[in-house]
Order: sequence, then C-alpha cells, then structure tokens
Amino acid sequence: MTPAAPLIRAQGLHKRFDGQVVLRGVDLDVMPGEVLAIVGRSGAGKSVLLKNLIGLSQPDSGAVLVAGEDLHRARGRRLSRLRERFGMLFQGGALFDSLSVADNVAFPLREKTRQSHGQIAEVVTEVLKSVGLQGMDDKFPAELSGGMRKRAALARALAHRPEIMLFDEPTTGLDPIMVRAIHRLIADTQQRFQYTAVVVSHEVPGIFEIASRVAMLHEGALLEVATPDAFQASANPVVQQFIAGRLEGPLTPT
Amino acid sequence: MMLGVLTQLGSVTLTRLAALGRAAFFVGQVLGLVVVPPIKGRLIVQQMHFIGVRSVLVIALTGTFAGMVLGLQGFHVLTRFGSEALLGQFVSLTLITELGPVFSALMVTARAGSAITAQIGIMRITEQLDAMTVMALNPLRYVAVPNVVAGTLVMPLLGAMFSVIGIWGGYVAGVLILGVNRGTYFGGIADVVDLQDVTNGVYKSLCFGLVVLLVCCFKGYHAGYGAEGVSKATTEAVVISAVLILVLDYVLNTVLL
Ligand SMILES: Nc1ncnc2c1ncn2[C@@H]1O[C@H](COP(=O)(O)OP(=O)(O)OP(=O)(O)O)[C@@H](O)[C@H]1O
Ligand SMILES: [Mg+2]
Repeated sequence: MTPAAPLIRAQGLHKRFDGQVVLRGVDLDVMPGEVLAIVGRSGAGKSVLLKNLIGLSQPDSGAVLVAGEDLHRARGRRLSRLRERFGMLFQGGALFDSLSVADNVAFPLREKTRQSHGQIAEVVTEVLKSVGLQGMDDKFPAELSGGMRKRAALARALAHRPEIMLFDEPTTGLDPIMVRAIHRLIADTQQRFQYTAVVVSHEVPGIFEIASRVAMLHEGALLEVATPDAFQASANPVVQQFIAGRLEGPLTPT
Repeated sequence: MMLGVLTQLGSVTLTRLAALGRAAFFVGQVLGLVVVPPIKGRLIVQQMHFIGVRSVLVIALTGTFAGMVLGLQGFHVLTRFGSEALLGQFVSLTLITELGPVFSALMVTARAGSAITAQIGIMRITEQLDAMTVMALNPLRYVAVPNVVAGTLVMPLLGAMFSVIGIWGGYVAGVLILGVNRGTYFGGIADVVDLQDVTNGVYKSLCFGLVVLLVCCFKGYHAGYGAEGVSKATTEAVVISAVLILVLDYVLNTVLL
C-alpha cells in the first residue's frame, strides 16, 4: 500500500496574540477519509489551530496546504473553491440568530447551490431529523437549549455535504446519551459521505471510539499523534495524566 | 527617554495608519459589492423598512418641535427688525437646506445606526460572520451592503419628511400661536425656495446616509471581543457618525453654495 497524499498539511504553524504565543510550530498531516481527533487542555489553542486550518485566522508563519494548494496564499475564486470543500461546526454554534433553525440549515444551500425550494426543504427535514431536531424548524436559535443549538449547527454544517469537516467540540454541553448519539452521527455520516474529519473534543475516552488517529496539542505543538490504542498506551506522562484526568503529574490545574 | 517617546509616537502612528487603511479597504469592498451581483434585493427592502419606516415616528416628533422652535425663535428675531413677514422664508430655507438633512441623519444614527452596529458586532463576536466566510460567502454582502444601500436611498426621504413636517411645526408656532398671517407664511415659502435648495438638501441627505451607514457597519464589523467590544463599537459609531455629519455639512455647504 502506498501512503496517500495528505488532504490537509500544516507546516510549522506559529501564531501569537499580542505577546501570548499560542501555536509554536504545529506540523500535522490529515489523511483523506480519516477522522482525526485533537485533544488538549482548555486554552491550549485547539480552536485557533482549527481556524488556521480553514483560513479564518492567518498564521504568523507556516503554511496550510489543502490538496497541495496553499490556503493562506489563495485569493478570490481559488480561495472560494478551497473553502467550499470545508464545513465547520463552531464551538459556540454560530447560528444566524435572525433566521429560524430551518432557514439556518437551508442558508448555505440557498446561497451556494441551485437546488429548488422543494429539494432544499427535503434536505433540511432530513438532516434535522438525523440530529434529533425534527419539528424544531420554526424555532429561533435564542429559543433553543445549548445542546439543541449545537445540534442545529451540526445539521447546518452537514447539510451541504462538505469534503472536509472541522468540528470544534461537537458534544460539549450535551447529556451522555446525546454525546454517544452525536459521535454515532459523525461516524455514520462520515461512512456515508466519506468526508475527512478533524474533531476537537474534550470527550476522553469517548472520542477514541470514532477517531482513526488522536493528536494532543500541548504547549503550542502536537505532543503525540497516534491511533487511539497507541495513544492510550503512550509512555508520555503528560498524555497519561491527561487521559486519566489526574491532578498529580506534570500538568497543573490552572 | 527621547527614544521611548519616539517609539510610542511611531507605534501610535502605525496603529492609526493601519486603522485608516482598514477603513479604506472596507469602504472600497462594500462599494464594489454594491455594483457586483448577486444583489440581495430582499435584504435591501428589509433594511429600508428598518432604517426608514421605523424611523418615521421619531422624525415626525423631532421635525414638529424643531419647526416650532424655528417659528418661535425666528419670530422673535425677525420682529426686532420689523420683518416677521419673512418667517415663512426663514423657517423653510433653514429646514430644507440645513436642519432637515442634518437632524434626520442624526436621528437615524441614534435609532438605526447604533442598532446596526450592535447587531453586526454581535454577529462578529458570536462567529456568525466567520460562519459565512467558511461557507465561501462574503459576509459584507449580507450585513453591510444592504444597510448602506438602504440607508443611502432612505435618508433623502426622511430628510424631506423632516423638512415638510418642520414647516408645519413652524406654521403652528408662527401662525396659529403668534399670529403671523397665514398667506404671508406660505407665500414667502413659495417665493424663496427654489429647486436648487431642494436638490442641495437631497445631495446632503444622500451623503449623510452613505457615510453614517458605512461608519456604523464598519464599527460593527470590526468590533472587539465580548460585550465590552460591542458596546465600545456602538458608542464610537454614533459619535463618529454625528461628528462626520456636521463636518460634512460644512464641507458640502462650501461646495454646494
Ligand atoms: N482572537 C484572539 N485574540 C487574542 N487571543 C486569542 C484569540 N483567540 C484565541 N486567543 C487565545 O489563544 C488561546 C487559545 O485559545 P483557543 O480558543 O484556541 O483554546 P482552546 O484550546 O480551543 O480551548 P477550549 O478547549 O476551552 O475551547 C487562549 O489563551 C486565548 O486567550
Ligand atoms: Mg476551543
């Protein structure tokens, strides 16, 4: 088997916010069709890393190649083409609060595709059902619970069937049953549409069930990138302490 | 010591220049998108309703009282020179060329502009604008362009409305309360106001509408983080708009007159 070319390749990403260094040289290859989980402590820079991978935030140095094309150098139509391959679930949902749930899900379809009203309505009903939000079409984001908002945002991200999905904490704030259900949903839709996924998650060890590889972001760089089994068996004391959630060890709770 | 001051000065200058560049880039982008399809007609109509129709009450109220004050003050000043017959001329010219455009723009800034800044600012901090970017859509097309177009179109109408209502306010104060002859009041208006005064007023309103909405959208679009960032952006938008309206009024007067 010859190793396939990575779909996303991050090379030496550095990012600082006025004095505070968040990323100090992140190198990462995301292979086509894999589900890569990124774990790490709160504030480690996981969201910042995701935003660099999708071009929402410009790294101070380093590059992101999407299928060999430099994302941060692309402009105009070429950039649009690259962006259209992505879907993203934001940590806070980022639902448009002036639109109902159904309109939120329909928005990218209406704006980016030529599908008819009927087709769009069908897709909307289907994805809302798959995240357990059937009948919530006419609610507005402000009227939803935190978990429902997350699921609505997930529905919106999945609706236009992107080739690469970035999930920023898809399950934070959900009950344990719903966490399982969302993980199952990610795994199922991934099977069905064959998208490549990068999932930032605090769901340890739950996330190991659906991830093909796990990467731990620590002190601005990737400390360990391995399959879930290898990751859990890692000899690195930081990884071990993180997985076990112990208070004693190299990591301090601040 | 000297070096420290210079460094400070340099960094302040650089920050200012960067902000100016960002503003120029924003204006260029928005004006470019106004002419490049797809144009979001529905959003423009929606914002015309928000900026225009929903401002009618406050324009009517302020217009009435501004006109009444003009009638009252004008009467007292003109009486000193024995020329209270000129009240109609005084009230109408002041309103059509100055107070109508300026006051209506200030009211729109206070009512709609601040709300628009806050709304866009909240979309910024809750990543709704980023969500559009990720969909390969330009957020400016959805949040800035409709407001700028609607505001520019609606402002002359509001300004004209302010002037007309104000003239009736002047009528109430001057004719009904202070006893100026009704025919003198309206006859004076017909004599003195010519088309150029009206078009000058319209030009002013168009400029104010464009500038106010650009400022308000820009401030919201580049709002800082958290509730504090949005509230700061809103305050700045209102203050900058108000100052620019008056500065621009002076500039336009020197150009148009
Ligand atoms: N736009 C920004 N401006 C300034 N600092 C920022 C910005 N975005 C992120 N940071 C800082 O970067 C660091 C990493 O933030 P990030 O949101 O990536 O953390 P995270 O790993 O996603 O944490 P969590 O698990 O809590 O979501 C934080 O210390 C944060 O304060
Ligand atoms: Mg985060």
